[in-house]
This record gives sequence, C-alpha cells and structure tokens, in this order.
Amino acid sequence: MIKIKNLHANVEGTEILKGIDLEVNPGEIHAIMGPNGSGKSTLANVLAGHESYEVTEGEIIFENKNIVEMAPDERAREGLFLAFQYPIEIPGVSNSVFLKTAINEIRKHKGEEEISAKDFLALIREKAEVLGMDSSLISRSVNQGFSGGEKKRNEILQLLTLNPKLAILDETDSGLDIDALKIVAHGVNKFKNDNNAVILVTHYQRLLDYIIPDFVHVLYKGKIVKSGDKNLALELEERGYDWIIKEQPQAV
Amino acid sequence: MNKENNIKDWYLENFNQFNKVVSDDIFKSLRKEASAKFENSDFPTKKDEEWKYTSISPILNHEFTPSPLFMGDKEVLPIIDKYLIKDLEVHLLVFVNGIFNKELSKIGEVENGIIIDNLYNLSKNNPEFISEHLSTKNDTNNSFNFLNNVFTYDGFVVYIPKNKVIEKPIHVLNIASNINKPLVQPRNIVIAEANTEANIITEYVGTEKSEYFTNILTDISVDENSHITFFKLQNESNAAYHIDKTEIIQKASSVFNHFSLSFGSRIARNDINTKLDGENIETHLYGLYLGNEEQHIDHHTFIDHAKPNCMSNELYKGILDDKAHGVFSGKILVNQIAQKTNAFQSNKSVLLSDEASIDAKPQLEIYADDVKCSHGATVGKLDEQAYFYIRSRGVSAESARSMLIRAFIDDVVSEIKIDQLKEKVSDTIFEHLHREKF
Repeated sequence: MIKIKNLHANVEGTEILKGIDLEVNPGEIHAIMGPNGSGKSTLANVLAGHESYEVTEGEIIFENKNIVEMAPDERAREGLFLAFQYPIEIPGVSNSVFLKTAINEIRKHKGEEEISAKDFLALIREKAEVLGMDSSLISRSVNQGFSGGEKKRNEILQLLTLNPKLAILDETDSGLDIDALKIVAHGVNKFKNDNNAVILVTHYQRLLDYIIPDFVHVLYKGKIVKSGDKNLALELEERGYDWIIKEQPQAV
Repeated sequence: MNKENNIKDWYLENFNQFNKVVSDDIFKSLRKEASAKFENSDFPTKKDEEWKYTSISPILNHEFTPSPLFMGDKEVLPIIDKYLIKDLEVHLLVFVNGIFNKELSKIGEVENGIIIDNLYNLSKNNPEFISEHLSTKNDTNNSFNFLNNVFTYDGFVVYIPKNKVIEKPIHVLNIASNINKPLVQPRNIVIAEANTEANIITEYVGTEKSEYFTNILTDISVDENSHITFFKLQNESNAAYHIDKTEIIQKASSVFNHFSLSFGSRIARNDINTKLDGENIETHLYGLYLGNEEQHIDHHTFIDHAKPNCMSNELYKGILDDKAHGVFSGKILVNQIAQKTNAFQSNKSVLLSDEASIDAKPQLEIYADDVKCSHGATVGKLDEQAYFYIRSRGVSAESARSMLIRAFIDDVVSEIKIDQLKEKVSDTIFEHLHREKF
C-alpha cells in the first residue's frame, strides 16, 4: 500500500524527519507512538502533502507511485486520507457541499459519474448513523460551532464517506472522553477491511484498546527507533518512553 | 491645476446648457447656490487627510455629460431581467442614467401615506413635501457633493409616516448606459418616521467597460423606534467611477443596518456618516469589498455617538486580488455626554496577490469615560492550514480557495436576512472573482 523509504523532511529549515522507513500493507493497522516533539504529526502531514514541509530526501511510494511531488488534493484523489488533529472550521460552507465536492472530485478522478443527490443523502445518513451523529448536521457549516469531540467524529464521518485506501489518523483520540473514543474507534473499525490500511498516530495507548494494531512503532527524534506488536504499546504505557530513549546512542 | 479648472469649466458650461433645457422648478435656487459653491471649491487631493489614499485625478480626466442633457435622445431600454432578485417580491424602481424610468419600474400598492417615488415626479406633484424634506445643509460637502447639487434632478424618495411598515423590500435599480459618457447623479431621500420599518436595496450597475461617473447623495432619517435596513450593491462597470456620500441621522431607540457591498467600478469612494442622535440606538455598518485588476475601493465611515446608551457595530471585510487597492477609514466619535456607549469596529482584508494592497485607518475619538470601544484591523492571506485541510479531502486548489473566500466573508453575508438577496450577493461574489460558487 505505502512504502516510505529514508524519508527526511524539514520545516522552516529545521530537519524534523531524519530517515523514516516504514511499509504498510493492505489489511494492516500500524500505530506510530512517541514522546511529544518526536515528529509524529510531521510524518502525518508530510504523508498528506502539507506544503509547509519540505521533503529533502527519500521516497513515499503509495500504490506504486512516488507521491512526494504530488499536491495534497491529488494524493487524496489517489486514496490517501488524513484525519486532522485540529479539524478546521469553514463557516458558510456546509458539510453537504464540502463532502459532495470532495466525493465528486474523487469520482471524477476515477472516471466515475457524479453522485446523485439521493445517493449522497443515503450515504451520509448511513455513515452518520454508525457514529451516532444526527444527519441534520449536513446542512451546518463544516465544523463551525462543533465541540472538540464533534469535530473528531466529523473527521471519521468524512473518512467513512470518502472511503480511502489509506487512512492516517493524527491524534484523533486526543481530547476525547471514553464514550467519544469508543464511537470514533467503532467508526475506524467499520472502515477497516482487508483491502485498506490505517496508520494511527497517537500519544496514548488508550485508543489501541479499541483499535488493535498489527504493528507499533516508536518515533523518536525523527526516526523509528523501535517496532513491535501491540504488546509494545502496553509496555510503553507501563514504563513510559525513557527506557527506549536510554537505549539510543547519544548524539555526537 | 489646469486640468481641474478645465473640468470645472466643463461642468459649469453644462450647467448653462442645463438651465436652458430644464424648465423652472423648485430646485432652481438650490442649483444656483450650489454652482457658486462648486465654482469656488477645489476637488479633493491626496494632500487632504480624508483623501490621502485615493487619487481622484483619473475622474477629472474625463468630460462626463450630466444625463438630463441627453434625456430626449432615443435610447433602447436596457434589459433588466438579470439584475432582478430571483423569487423576491419587491417594489421596483428603475433609473436609467439616474433618471426614473416608469416603463421598467413596478411599484406595488402601499398603505395610505407611504411614498415610494422619484424626486423629479415629487417636485412636480408635491413640491411642499420636497421643500420640507430635502436637506440643504452642506457643511461637510466637497466639490463632488456640490456637483451633485448643481444638477439636482432625480433620485428615489421613500417616506414612511408614523407607525407604518413597508412589507416588501424596495429595490432601486440604477443602470448606466454605455453611450454619451453620462454623469449620473442620484439625489436620494429616505425618511422613516417613528415606529416604522422598511428594507431598501439600492443597486448600481453598468454594462461592461462602459465609462461613466456615478455621483450619489443620499440622506436617510430614521426616527424613534424605527427599524431600517439599507443595502447598497455597487456593481458598476469596471471602467466607471463611483462616488457616494450617505448621511444618516438616527433618533432614540432606532435600529439601522447599512450594507455596503462593493464589487465594481475603477475607482469607488463611499462616505457613510451616521449620527446617533438619541438614546438606546443601535447601528450596524457592514461592508464587503472585492477588488481585482486595478480597482480602487475606498470606504470612509464616520459614527458620531452624540447621546448616551447607544451601540454601534461595524464589520468590514475585503478581498483584493491582482493590483487592487482597498481603503478603509473608520472614525468613531464618542461625545463627552455619550456615556455607556458601546462601539465596536472590525476591518479584515485578505490579499490574494502580492500586488494587491489595503490601507486601513481606524480612528477612535473618545471624550466620555464610561464606554466600551474596540477596533481591530487585520490584513492577511487565506488561511494556509484551512487551505490544506480542504485540499486534503481531494478538493482542487481553485475550489478550495473559493471555499475559503466564502468562509472569510461569511460573517458579513450571513447578516443579510433576506435569503434571496443573500443568494444574489453570493452569486455576485463568485462571478466577480471568476471563481466557482459555494
């Protein structure tokens, strides 16, 4: 699905990612963990094509194409999705117009017809129900006046409606109470199948109780310093990150 | 200086011509007085504090002909369908080159006593009314305002007697023609007596690339406990010039909403002056200015808090592309007796190109000590993070920009409480920016 090779990236001239290698295959869930400032969110943003980050070295091969030079909207049309840590409010643009535009751009890219108003409404109703959301939200402006939890849920609603090949969730669990966390996890589990993949970027192990990862990677100072299975996450929960940091060779 | 004298002479010669064409009427002495003042005044220059960001010299390069002078000319009636507000019932007044056109207008039935008419007609049929209500005070007038007075002829008049409501909005459509390079000079009057309500939509349009000059004077009087909303859609030709002075006076417990929605013209200058002359008054001034190519759009607002316990709220937003230049100067005066005043002002602009620019000048003059006043001006680009967010869903760069523009202006657009008008304004915004609509 995606192969990241020796990825280096800068923001405003400072190198944040210092050689990341990661391969995610269809049907897999990978969790990226790590202390604050390790580069987790940068990785998520670089994968989605944020233009404030400059890739200085390495490759991102997504579905056999190097996407490093691709604009964020092209990547999305190719089937990559990022659920934002801080979803943006867009006053005056309804969820309905926003999602329909996105769906149709993706459909157009695949050479498909535009979605009919009726099918669109049915799709939204179905997906909103999975998340226990009122489908009346569709006429409200994107994220405007939404609580933190509602915004995160709306991200998952977008995930379910756009149905990408690869979903990257950037700290989707942060700021959620346990009920909201369960709903979000339920949505992600509904999305997941053998043909798609998920990268979970998270600071806490808590989310991984509900979305079971196949692999857990620890990011530290812009590199993956340890990989394991779900037990690694449990160990991190118990012991923190210090023991991993201490294992690292000191910078010269 | 020469150019200025030449153009003054041009208009004064036209005035002699005008006097031969137009029969004696009640404006005769007013015009004569104004012509003397016009002759003795100078056009504003960038040396004048109030005009330092706006050069009017391109306007003085043209010889525009006061439209009453070619009234007799046979002209094809303009097609107005595209300017009408879809699915909205209105009282429609159409002015062609500033002169009322009866054939194109459609004024519905109104309650006894209410007047929705044009100045020329009233000056013939009800001169006492005009003499009583036409404001001749001109202590703040400049050459442009005198010029308007010199050729006083037509405009729209709305009069609402005590306790009456005009249910349907009034749509005043001003169309300029693309022949004769007209000088179009509406003289508009709105008088709302106590406990009245009305919505007035004024619109100024011209065919693409036609050169003309619209020079407007509007007086609005809002008496006790009245609720008046006044819209101005300025969608002139991009080769036209547009100067507008609107004077508003409000009495106790009245609510007045003003929208200046500015899209067209090569140079536009709007002066919106409002005096809060009573207690418990509410005033909202909303503005939207969209400029591209080499447009210059200037708004000067002045809010005079003359009495205690009033509130004014001002929100102006601009989007400037290409080499467009915006000006916002917002003055708020709080007199010493105007205690418990709440006055808020916000001006935000987005520059879509490196060559676009804005001059923003908030001015607060506060002489009372128990007041809440604030102002803020920001200039920026479209929000990068939001741009990334929208595109990350597969939406193209161009559509994402349109969505962000829509989002940026939403707090002004959402204050338009007439849905059909809101729709029309939204359409105009995207047409003007040549972008997709959301």
